[in-house]
Amino acid sequence: VVTMVMNADLRRERAAATFQPELLTNVLDGGAERTRRRREIEALVINDPDFQHEDLNFLSRSQRYEQAIRKSSLMVMKLREHGIADPDEIYLFKSFVHRGHPEPLDLHLGMFLPTLLTQATPEQQDRFFMPSWNLEIIGTYAQTEMGHGSHIRGLETTATYDPATQEFILNSPTVTSIKWWPGGLGKSSNHAIVLAQLYTQGQCKGLHAFIVPIRQMGTHEPLPGITVGDIGPKFGYDEIDNGYLKMDNFRIPRENMLMKYAQVEPDGTYVKPLSDKLTYGTMVFIRSMIVGDSARALSRACTIAIRYSAVRHQSELKAGEPEPQILDYQTQQYKLFPLLATAYAFHFVGTYMKDTYRRISADIIEGDLSELPELHALSAGLKAFSSWVANAGVEECRMACGGHGYSRCSGLPDIYVTFTPCCTYEGENTVMMLQTARFLIKSYMQVGSGQRVTGMVSYLNDLSRQHIQPQHVAARPVSVLINDPVSLVEAYKARAAWLVEAAAKNLQAELNHRKSREDAWNVTSVDLVRASDAHCHYVVVKLFTAKLSEISNAAVRAVVTDLCLLYMLHGISKNAGDFLQAGILTNTQVNQVNQRVKELLAIIRLNAVALVDSFDFSDNYLGSVLGRYDGNVYENMFEWAKKSPLNKTEVHESFYKYLKPMQAKL
Amino acid sequence: RVNPDLASERLAASFSVELLTASLDGGAERTRSRRAVVEAIENDPVFSQENQYFQSQNERYEAAVRRAVYLQKKIREMGWTENGPEVQYVNRCLSGDIALILHRVFMRSISMLGSDEQIAKWIPLATDYQIIGSYAQTELGHGTYLQGLETTAVFDDATQEFILNTPKISAMKWWPGDMGRSATHTVVFAQLYVHGKCYGVHPFILQIRSLQDHSPCPGVTVGDIGPKMNFQHTDNGFLQLQNVRVPRENMLSKFCKVQPDGTYVRWGSQKMNYFTMTSVRISILSDEVILPLKKACTIAIRYSAVRRQSKLKPGEQEAKILDYQTQQQKLLPQLATAYAFHFIKIYLDELFNRGYQDIQGKNFDSLPELHAFSSGFKATVSQQCTSGVEICLRACGGHGYSLLSGLPSLYTRIIASCIYEGENTILLLQTARFLIKCFMAVSAGQPVPPSVTYLSSVKPGKCPAKDKLDFLSPEIYLKAYEQMAIRLISSSAAKLQHFIQSGVDEYEAWNQCTVQLEKAAKAHCHYITVKNFVETVEKLDDEAGIQKIMKHLCDLFALHGIFSNMGDFLYDGYLTAAHMDLVTASYLDLLAVIRKDAVPLVDAFDFTDKTLNSALGSYDGQVYQRLYEWARKSPTNQQGNPAYGKYLKPLLQNTLSKL
Repeated sequence: VVTMVMNADLRRERAAATFQPELLTNVLDGGAERTRRRREIEALVINDPDFQHEDLNFLSRSQRYEQAIRKSSLMVMKLREHGIADPDEIYLFKSFVHRGHPEPLDLHLGMFLPTLLTQATPEQQDRFFMPSWNLEIIGTYAQTEMGHGSHIRGLETTATYDPATQEFILNSPTVTSIKWWPGGLGKSSNHAIVLAQLYTQGQCKGLHAFIVPIRQMGTHEPLPGITVGDIGPKFGYDEIDNGYLKMDNFRIPRENMLMKYAQVEPDGTYVKPLSDKLTYGTMVFIRSMIVGDSARALSRACTIAIRYSAVRHQSELKAGEPEPQILDYQTQQYKLFPLLATAYAFHFVGTYMKDTYRRISADIIEGDLSELPELHALSAGLKAFSSWVANAGVEECRMACGGHGYSRCSGLPDIYVTFTPCCTYEGENTVMMLQTARFLIKSYMQVGSGQRVTGMVSYLNDLSRQHIQPQHVAARPVSVLINDPVSLVEAYKARAAWLVEAAAKNLQAELNHRKSREDAWNVTSVDLVRASDAHCHYVVVKLFTAKLSEISNAAVRAVVTDLCLLYMLHGISKNAGDFLQAGILTNTQVNQVNQRVKELLAIIRLNAVALVDSFDFSDNYLGSVLGRYDGNVYENMFEWAKKSPLNKTEVHESFYKYLKPMQAKL
Repeated sequence: RVNPDLASERLAASFSVELLTASLDGGAERTRSRRAVVEAIENDPVFSQENQYFQSQNERYEAAVRRAVYLQKKIREMGWTENGPEVQYVNRCLSGDIALILHRVFMRSISMLGSDEQIAKWIPLATDYQIIGSYAQTELGHGTYLQGLETTAVFDDATQEFILNTPKISAMKWWPGDMGRSATHTVVFAQLYVHGKCYGVHPFILQIRSLQDHSPCPGVTVGDIGPKMNFQHTDNGFLQLQNVRVPRENMLSKFCKVQPDGTYVRWGSQKMNYFTMTSVRISILSDEVILPLKKACTIAIRYSAVRRQSKLKPGEQEAKILDYQTQQQKLLPQLATAYAFHFIKIYLDELFNRGYQDIQGKNFDSLPELHAFSSGFKATVSQQCTSGVEICLRACGGHGYSLLSGLPSLYTRIIASCIYEGENTILLLQTARFLIKCFMAVSAGQPVPPSVTYLSSVKPGKCPAKDKLDFLSPEIYLKAYEQMAIRLISSSAAKLQHFIQSGVDEYEAWNQCTVQLEKAAKAHCHYITVKNFVETVEKLDDEAGIQKIMKHLCDLFALHGIFSNMGDFLYDGYLTAAHMDLVTASYLDLLAVIRKDAVPLVDAFDFTDKTLNSALGSYDGQVYQRLYEWARKSPTNQQGNPAYGKYLKPLLQNTLSKL
């Protein structure tokens, strides 16, 4: 690595900032103490030679997997060495060790162990928990099959109880029933929690979870009756051995069914669980976390693109003058700054979701499930909303870096391929949006039948008081002040209410055409997704605006307020159709909004670099030559390229094999 | 054995797939000859792409070089001609996964920029592959803005040579294809200095590697720029020059020359070259941009007809995901887009052929229009196809994320097209500049090219549509598109004027309007695309149901555009809020109609399974079987697991601390 003084452009940018980035970093972390501790944990990793390795971009898939396994093994030990036990701190340590990448033990730590804790009987915990904690057992969670993802009731794997031997016989009866995708399954795990349709006494009792040993302890060879392997190369996730698992009459003892809730007695009698609501808590938790992941992916991409745009000079704005920084072009600002504002919005929403989950799960433990439906709907919708936006945003940042963004040295391709599966896993986004829509429609109907609804959907209460038009309802008139965040939140609220009502009415109209409920739902689903999207957008602007008053430092509050305004106004500009069609804004106002967006771009331009510095990503974590803190981009691109595998020898062997003979022959 | 779920889709086709294929190819005879070429290539194991998803960068590169070398042999064996249709079919079927592509650009630039003597000297050497060429223009610090290049060529009259240098790190040549490992020569662009005076950027032929042992020439540092998102098979290179001397004769001198005494002379017109450069942008659209979208649609739509998930109705079999309205809304507009762009490419080709004839007759009047069209359409087509491929990728859920689906590679490759041959935003602003000029001309009553005469249309009042069916009438939606394009262009022009009149410098005024100008340029291209689709459909024979289904696709393309840009259309006032409800209703109805022909419509693109190279998209629909078989071939399953012995075993047995 070439060490040099800071690039002059970046130095100038930082000197001109109107606020102290450190203070904003504290806001993002939730206090100065947390910033300190986060850095302390990162330093443990950065200063540990065991966690150093060659640039992953130059490694083959096998090598990347090997590096990840190496680091994961060390990580588990070092966590214990350093006495890090708090879940948030474990999460931080892990993400620094793996630099934001997934790792092969994710499913062991994130699904296998927690599932044992929540669904195993005390006897099962005795048998499995300590060996798993000590990594003698490495487990994964095998749910998804080749033919079934989102619709888990459709899973085909069977577990048939044999009372004669008191065993379950596990089978993958079809090609589509082969377990497919579970992380860590292909090569790393020796056990799996397998979800299968339970058959006992000739009856199917639905999906249940079983602990299945898959590889021989000691030799790691697959057990007889088990076919297991890696599903092959993917877009990203090179470090993970996503696997397949096929079972042929594979027997496990009765005691390997997770029986804290449902049970099968030795004679095959099935005992039903009391409630199954608790099991989807994990899902809600992971979806809530994805909002924060979206914020992080987008923040990293913005950091890289904005620093690089401050360093890169190109073309001329004014004839005869030096080439300007590309960050001075309005089109570049228009690409990047709304995304920067979005990254901040998602940070705050992500924190809100995490806190809300904690609060509600405490209630759940007390037996109060009343807020679960809303949290479930909110986590599904926001998971989809934020991951879609961040996914597109990361790509936009990469494109804004031109050709160099396409090189792996920019780090942007890697952020994208690592992040994009978020749109699919833990619930495919469209399916998620439709779940939120179901909750919105249900709430709307409740209001229609005279009940009041609470929480984020309480705006629906106001709709009932309006005279209901058979067609084309105009939204509640709002007098929108385009420089007032609170007033803009009202505009978003009106839009959400209008779209929910429109979808509900269309659904009703289809039902009136004597369509079945399911057909009516299907032919309204485009409207329903639109309604969910608007609802989530409203939640985001509401939470972002609410955050402003919590920022004590005036200079910091001022820049974040500009970002918040940009986020909201840009959103209006992009979705002007809804606001115009609903009659919330006039043409003149839309024009003013467009104009104001451009003014805000120029204002945010001053602080753009300081605003990404505030995310406080280390160069190590960022993994980008273009996004380096010191801005010495070109020198380091050259250094990086020299390490490329194609440069290992000065003359590539294909010259002797093909080029030279061709030249000789022709 | 075709999956019954796909077979049933094909039985229901409302039109003849074979006739549509022929129509897309430009006649049944061409379909026949294309298939013959594809067969010849695909039956030759050298060209097999079977294992490409498992290969490393080094292996991909080596395979691509091997293919390039064998292809020369094949072309001779088969008696194909270098510029004939067969070679185009070959390139299409190899999906560009071949080395030495830049060799052709090297030759073209010598032909375009070289003197007759230079052509006579270098072209035969290149034709016989005595030398392998590249094209070194882009530098680390400069891409789009050519005048900013920093490599220098200083004339030394004592030795009659140019001395080439890379004066600083940002001046290093960066990105040229085939340069990292393969090329022996390159055309390098550098600032020419004679007796201390700079004459701007000029091209020089430069040898970079020994013709004996392929080692870099003295003063030359050359290598590969490292892994990228795709193009692993291409050795994009860097090049650093330290006092490298080339003879005076190596400056390409069709238009200018440095004489022995250092006198710089310039002659002739570059307009013909300008035309050629412009047409390159159009020529990449078919194979590099529209074709990947067609492939992605084929994969995603076939898979969606095979994949069943969840139940639409209780008690029934799980539904094909293609039956979900949300899935239709993702995929079918992309399918309509693929067809729309297939037809716009034909329109552009005709425009350029006419332009070429004009230019041959020394009439250069159409150049600005051609330039504006090539820029605008390169940008809009590449942008929309890229986003279309990504939508297809994500519409395939988890399996789309597997490389074996073929979709990630299609995506990572097509996205490069948004940057090469001109970054899209910059291109759109060039189109906008042309449109603003034309608008000013129209306002002043001056003539403009036929493609933009619509700018003088009298502003209509309100859209007359009263029923959702009215929006299936092309006059209705074309008027809306026309109206919007005019409004965006005229309001940008007005704003620009306003800034300038209020004393803002012209360059600053331009920068302040660029967001809107970019939008105006897109609206123009969108309008022309819809209009051309409508005109194409009108000209089709109503044979075997083809015109009817194309009309549906055209309507869908048009209404999807309105549905997705509602704000712009409402703002114009031509359409009202109530109209938008009608547009939406008509749009959603069309999805259900086109759904029925979705599989036949992608079958008509006529890709072989080998060309698609996708476990999800093959013709027989045996998706899961293939996915499983391919995964088992993965090196991760064929080779041992070195990580087990080294790390997992000690971990499992708790001995790691002893390591």
